[in-house]
This record gives sequence, C-alpha cells and structure tokens, in this order.
Amino acid sequence: MQLLETILIALRSLTGNRMRSALTMLGVVIGVAAVIAMIAIGQGANKQVTSSIQGLGTNLLMVSPGQAMQGGVRQGAGSLTTLTVDDANAIKEQVAGVSGVAAEVSTDANVVFANMNTGTSIIGTVPEYASVRNSNVAWGRFITEEEVRDSSMVAVVGSEVLTNLGAQGNILGNRILVNRIPFTVIGTLQSKGSSGPFSQDDQIIIPISTAMSRLTGSKSVRTINIAVKSEADMDQVSASVTDLLRTRHRLAQNADDDFTIRNQAEIMNTLSSITGVFTILLGGIASISLLVGGIGIMNIMLVSVTERTKEIGILKALGAKRHQILNQFMIESMALSGLGGIIGVVIGIAGSYIMQQVFQFQTVVAVSSVMLAFSFSLLVGIFFGVYPALKASRLHPIEALRFE
Amino acid sequence: MISLENIGKTYSTGKVSVEALRGVSLTIKERDMIAIMGPSGSGKSTLMNIIGCLDVPTSGSYRINGTEVATLTEDELAEVRSKNIGFVFQNFNLLPKLTALQNVELPMLLAGVNRAKRTKRAVELLTIVGLGDRLDHRPYELSGGQQQRVAIARALANKPHTILADEPTGALDSRSGEEIMEVFNHLNKEGLTIVLITHEGYIAEYANRVIHIKDGQIEHIEQLQHKHRHVIEKER
Repeated sequence: MQLLETILIALRSLTGNRMRSALTMLGVVIGVAAVIAMIAIGQGANKQVTSSIQGLGTNLLMVSPGQAMQGGVRQGAGSLTTLTVDDANAIKEQVAGVSGVAAEVSTDANVVFANMNTGTSIIGTVPEYASVRNSNVAWGRFITEEEVRDSSMVAVVGSEVLTNLGAQGNILGNRILVNRIPFTVIGTLQSKGSSGPFSQDDQIIIPISTAMSRLTGSKSVRTINIAVKSEADMDQVSASVTDLLRTRHRLAQNADDDFTIRNQAEIMNTLSSITGVFTILLGGIASISLLVGGIGIMNIMLVSVTERTKEIGILKALGAKRHQILNQFMIESMALSGLGGIIGVVIGIAGSYIMQQVFQFQTVVAVSSVMLAFSFSLLVGIFFGVYPALKASRLHPIEALRFE
Repeated sequence: MISLENIGKTYSTGKVSVEALRGVSLTIKERDMIAIMGPSGSGKSTLMNIIGCLDVPTSGSYRINGTEVATLTEDELAEVRSKNIGFVFQNFNLLPKLTALQNVELPMLLAGVNRAKRTKRAVELLTIVGLGDRLDHRPYELSGGQQQRVAIARALANKPHTILADEPTGALDSRSGEEIMEVFNHLNKEGLTIVLITHEGYIAEYANRVIHIKDGQIEHIEQLQHKHRHVIEKER
C-alpha cells in the first residue's frame, strides 16, 4: 500500500471524527505553543539583561564600600562609608591601564518642574562620568570641572525623568526643584533604551560637590567607576586597585577588604547564565504539557483501536498485513501530533509577539526553539502512537471480526 | 484445489480445552461448489476459518494448490488470503464510511494495485453484480441484497480461485437470498470454486456436495445430482 494512500486514508478517518481529533490535537497545540512562548520569554529576558549591562560598558569596574561587621553579622554591601573622592583621584593617578575614573554619590529625591513632579535618583559625580558610563548628552551639555569646583546648582536630566516631568528640550535653562532646592537644567541625556527598576534613564546628574553639601551631607562616596582601557586588563587593574586601596586604608595583612570591586563583564556572564537556566526551566515546564498532550493522543488512539476492532478484522480478512495496520495507526497519531505541532508553532510565535506588544515584555523567538518544539511534538506522536498501533496490528482476525 | 488431511483444532481457554475439529479430511476440486452444514457448535465456523486461512489448525495438513498453509505465519496467511480467497459474510462486513466503489477497491489497495487499475476493475465488478449505477452509494444507502452484492464484488477483487461464503443469505429475505445464490451459481459456472457455510437446506441445494458436520467431525457427505433442477423449475 503506497504511503500517500495510507496518509489519505488516515486523514479521512481523522476528519470523520472532527471534534475528537481537534480536542486531541489541542493538547499538542498548547504544549508546542507553550514551549515556544516560554523559551521566547527566557531569551527575551536574557537579551534585556545583556543589553542593559552593555549600555554601561563592559570595560567597567565598580568599587563600592565594603560590608560592615556588626556583632558578627555581615551587613549589606555599601553599608560602610570608607570610600572618598581622594581614593578616586589616587586610582586615577597611580593605577596603570585606567582610561577614566568617576566617583559618584547618589540619593533618591523628589523633583518638581512647573506643575509636574516625579521621584528619581540623583547622581552626584564628575565630568568624566559621561565617558566612563557611556552617558551621552542629547541636548545642552554635561557638567564641567568648574561647576564641580564651584558646587554649582546645575543638573543634567535623564530621558525618562524628562518624560515623567512632561518636558522636552525646552527644559534647558529652566529651573527644577530637587528636594525643594532649585537647580538650573543645563543638559539632557540620551536614552540607553533600558527599562524597569534598573533603568539608567531614570536619573538626574549634578556635580558631586553639590550633592555632598546640599543633598547627602556626607564626604563618603557610594561608587567609584573605573573605565579600563582594554577588557583584557580587567583582572590586572582590579588587583592594582585592591592593593592601592588596602594601602590607603591602612588595612592589616590579614584584614578583609573594606570595599568590593564588581567587574561588569563578570556580572554579565553571571546574569546570562542565570537567564539561561531560567530559559531551560521555563522550556522544561512547558514540555511537560507537551508530554501530557502526547498521553492524550495515546488515550484517543487506544479508544479508536477498540472502536475499530471490527474494521481491523475486515481489513485483515481482506489480506491486510500487520505492518499495513500498524502504519495506518502510526500515521494517524503522527498526523494528529504533526498538525497540532504546526498550529502550536503558529500560536506560539503569535503569542510571543502579542506578549511583547501588550505587556512590553521583550521576547525572542529563536528558530532553534521552534524546530525543537515541532520535532518534539512529532516524536511524542510516534512514541505514544506505537503502543495503540501495535495493539491494533496484533489483533487476531477472527476475534476482531466477531467484535460488535 | 483445496485439500484438508486429518485437520484437528483445539481451543484452550485456561485449564479447559475444547476440541472444535477432530480429524477432518476433505478435498475440494477446482470449479466445485460445496456446502458445509451443521448445527451451531458443530465446528463448521472453525472449519470455515481454517479453509479461509483466518486461523491455522493445531494438527493435520492443509494445502491450497499444493502449498502447505498449516505452518504459515500471520503475514504469510494474509498473503494467501489476499491472493486465493474471497470472503462473503452473513452481515456483509462492508466499511460503513466507504462508498461501494471504495469498498470493492479495498482488497486491491491492500495488495498494492495502482489506483487506475483498481478503479477500473471495481467498476467492472460492480457492473457485473448489477450495481453499476450505485458506485458512490454508501452501505447504509443500499438494501441488504445490494450490500451483499457489493460484498461479492469485493470478494472477487483480487481474482481469487475460491469464494468462501459464511451464511451469505442469513441476513436477507428469501427473494434477495435466492438472487444472491444465483450470483454464486453464475460465478461457479464461470470457473470459481464456491464454499458455502449454511444451516439452511434450500441454500445447500445449490451445491454439488453437502458436507454434514457434527461434533467436529464429518458426519456424511451428500452428493446432489439434481443440482440444477431447482433452478430450472424456478425459470418455468
């Protein structure tokens, strides 16, 4: 019996029971769509994390104050106030391979412009911050050395803050109130395209001297950003900075560091591996639903074999061999899972796109995940089709013919 | 030429075993028309299943045209059925979802005959049994007699030398039953071997010989000399 005709007969038998075939397929459809959508979400998260870190520059080392020990309990990072502007200057002057150093302090503040207000982060820093952190000015200009020296009341506004204040380039030269203190806006920042709680667009930059005297009221620095000339020298520069700071802070040989150095490249690798695990986890959970869909196919195929016992008996009496019966049932279950798989692929891709549009949740549909989900659905069809098909092919012709 | 020698068949269900056939020997020559008669439980269905290669005997030898069938595997039996034997059942056993044409094509489809040849032969056969104008009717749109004609056409599809009919008129009224028997008579004259299984005497009268089965054994064989008298009388 030719393959094409077997397929036609199988399809005819499936369309003879439309509702049942559709419901059986639904299990596979949901499974495949879920696998594709879940992997798209995982890979989207991966891309988002990676791009927001790349926005900072991957050649960045960030030094922050170490953790204080209080009664043997380690406090959170940054709970010590050991870093100073002088530390930053020393790094700039004494460590080789550094292209830029920018100390920063930060605090949260309420900002008012005209009749609008918003809460945002205030970053007090120096002019080099722009090059070290890849922060480019959209309109106007960045803060200058003079303004840092004079503790000028000037501010460079991030793009998200601008939106929240309902302003655009027209804000230049105008006054905003930061915790009721008036600042003149001298520039705005280009968007870095990241969003969410770690947005680098939701901030206002002011001179570090102004921030210390008017807002934080402390001489300690929150972070020292160090741009390294070459990414290959990251570890070496990190070691030099550690040595320098230990000397400057007069730490004993066996004492712990009172600061922490974070390596941007390492953070990125760590986060991508986390989102990678996340992707596998989501995909794995979704595959379980695909497996359940496969069991649905087996269930219906077993019912179908029982219902069609008489038909199988007639076919055998008319000269059908075992493999012909086996093929027919195998093709039926593969048609169910294959067709379900195709519909699932379409729904999975469409669903990922809709999630991105409706929930602003970045998704990435990879060709590999589509191929994986589809071939898995076919495998499920074969695996769960084998038992019912074998059962059908092994029916004894006489007993099958007697079946009513 | 079909020859059974000392055929025995024992069914065992758990601890109880039932001897359905006990040493049946029978030869059916080509172009013969025989009837197998016997009360229910006599073993005539078992005998039919073995002659039809749907089952194998537990002992004895069964040859079709010299080929020993008793030791064949299930797939080899399927091959023998496909080439040598056409079945006609009491309740027709047509596939309800297929048209008359598709039902007749089915044995050829299973034997791997190509589409064009299949359709051509199926149309010819249905025309011969008088259903040339009912090709696309489904079984439920046909009367019992017409369904049995479709089944006969299907039995002839792969040009078998023997037609095995199990109570072919059992589900028909007497008029349709006689018409069907005429079809068998005609096929026999055309050169086919016909084996009828029946418990109705007037059906058996169409045969040249009647094999009476009882308790799994051949009780006696009745030679009928007056075979065509019945037919001739009817024509008057």
